[in-house]
Amino acid sequence: MELNAGSTCTIPQHRECSMTLPAQPSSQNFPDRAEWDRLATGAQFQDLLARKKAFILPAFLFFLVYYLLLPILVGYAPTLMSNQVFGTVTLAYLFALSQFVVGWTIAGLYLMASKKFDKIIESLLTRAKGSEGGK
Amino acid sequence: MSIGLAVFFAFIAATLGITYWAAKHSRGASAYFAAGRRITAWQNGFAVAGDFMSAASFLGIVGLIALQGFDGFLYAVGGFVAFVTILLLIAEPLRNTGKYTMGDVLAYRLRPRPVRALAALSTLATILFYMIAQMVGAGALVALLLANSGISYNMAVTGVGILMMVYVVFGGMLATTWVQIIKAMILSTCVLVLTVMVIGHFNFRLGEFFAAASHVAYHQKDQLLVRDFLQPGLHYKPPYGPVDLISLSLVFICGTAGLPHILVKFYTVPDAQTARKSVVWAMILIGGFYGMTSVLGLGAAVIVGPDYIVTHGGTNMSGPLLAQALAGDVFLALVSVVAFATILAVVAGLTISASTSFAHDFWVNVIHRGVERESGETVLVARVSALVVGAVAIVIAIALGPASNAGILATLGMAVAASANFPVIALSIFWRRFNTAGAIAGLSVGLLASIGLILASPNFMGIDPNNRSAALHHLIQAKAWFPLENVGIVSVPLGFLAAILGTLLSNEPSAEAKFNEFMVRANTGLGAEEASGKAIAS
Repeated sequence: MELNAGSTCTIPQHRECSMTLPAQPSSQNFPDRAEWDRLATGAQFQDLLARKKAFILPAFLFFLVYYLLLPILVGYAPTLMSNQVFGTVTLAYLFALSQFVVGWTIAGLYLMASKKFDKIIESLLTRAKGSEGGK
Repeated sequence: MSIGLAVFFAFIAATLGITYWAAKHSRGASAYFAAGRRITAWQNGFAVAGDFMSAASFLGIVGLIALQGFDGFLYAVGGFVAFVTILLLIAEPLRNTGKYTMGDVLAYRLRPRPVRALAALSTLATILFYMIAQMVGAGALVALLLANSGISYNMAVTGVGILMMVYVVFGGMLATTWVQIIKAMILSTCVLVLTVMVIGHFNFRLGEFFAAASHVAYHQKDQLLVRDFLQPGLHYKPPYGPVDLISLSLVFICGTAGLPHILVKFYTVPDAQTARKSVVWAMILIGGFYGMTSVLGLGAAVIVGPDYIVTHGGTNMSGPLLAQALAGDVFLALVSVVAFATILAVVAGLTISASTSFAHDFWVNVIHRGVERESGETVLVARVSALVVGAVAIVIAIALGPASNAGILATLGMAVAASANFPVIALSIFWRRFNTAGAIAGLSVGLLASIGLILASPNFMGIDPNNRSAALHHLIQAKAWFPLENVGIVSVPLGFLAAILGTLLSNEPSAEAKFNEFMVRANTGLGAEEASGKAIAS
């Protein structure tokens, strides 16, 4: 049966989808508002948010400062940035290339950090669905 | 020429085959708009990279570096680092809370109709600029390649347009994604080979290469100049240069995360974890690609020379001309064909995101209040609007011809995305208080400010001397009202400010009440759209 390929269903996992559901994501489905609020204020979810924030906020701020330093230094300190470091290769060019290294490093660190996030999410989802099944 | 054409026809045959396969295996809206959400991490990484490594970057950025040296390289750096924003802030929440478009994320807890209408409008505006950039690149290529072949520019552009419509109308997102994957592979290989050849030209001694790049000779106003292309300041000069540079950087880090045709790609993967990994794949490819464009750009400056580039097709032709100088006409044809395939694929990606937004956001959710009157209506509307978008693209391409640098035009599209789309997406993900009035204010002010300033900037306004070539023609013959080329430094804060003020001046308890649900779903994927695995497998 290919009937449900274009499912417009927005119900959480492991539930039969009905074809008549509205296309909008809707809170009328499970979990209801109280359930979402309970999940949002739960210790496990708050722990997840705190851990994500502890990585993402400093990482993003560092990236922002490091990247914006490039146009600022190039624009306002061109003489400094024109210094030749290796042969004719300028500081500006090396600083620009280092942006690639920094970007890849942040990506690698985030992938590592997110393994922990995924574990918390998994256990949170198992519990959420467990309580749903018990209703 | 013959090898080039053979590659071109092989590419077309392969992509049409994919389209046939995709059409056979796609049933329903999720299959058509989001490839059934079954694209894997590396596949989506290649597809996102393919979408981003457009004619604007391959032709435009290589050209900017060839003529502006280090200053042009900043476009490449910006294009890469932009994906850090997408990785850390946008990709996962977007995947978990949306369905087909960026309008979904906004409509989740705000009043859907006004928000979706404006989101669709700004999607179309962003894509229009981007599309023009691609078409300008195509025009320049065709003019160079088919100069004496009997195929006219108009015929070639119409052919591209029709092919692109076939991909999108019949193959949907699945075909478009695979066309991008194949194109990204071909383009990366091509750039890698060219890079090795450039270094090989200097006997594989990097020192020799960089030494040559520090003494590039060219003419300006009948004066011979020798400049160090590794030093900043060739293009961005005081008084406005530094501000312009910061503005450009701001546009990159905010704008890429607001590009509709990039954002929709994260709906094609099964879950947020895959979306995250696919961004990292894209970063590996895009970083490598843009790193190499600096070698190609400097190589073109040294080996071909800015004088020759300006008189033989202009900045967009630097890459193909470099290929010709290194390995003759066959390689010129080969590289031009790869660039052409790139344009074809990117235009297809732009078209499907535009038509998805029109059908899903505007037709079904704004006009018909979220109800499909009969099943399959959304897909049908999307297919029809893809035809319309394709036709409009053909007309624009024919009307324009080769104009200014494709890289700069694409950056203007990004300025619209950075000022209108990014503030409202970011605020709706991270700010509980954010509401409908804020989204409306942010989207409209961002749109008006960016487009208005772009029209008043030196990109469109300027007085051309009588003896200038048509390649540097300004649309409005008057002194520019706004001094910067890159408008982001003014328009992005305006977009944010309007969104914040609009929010604070109004009160919408229902939007705030729904933030808990939004936050849980964005961070855990509970209730997120799932892959339609069984349907395609059967």
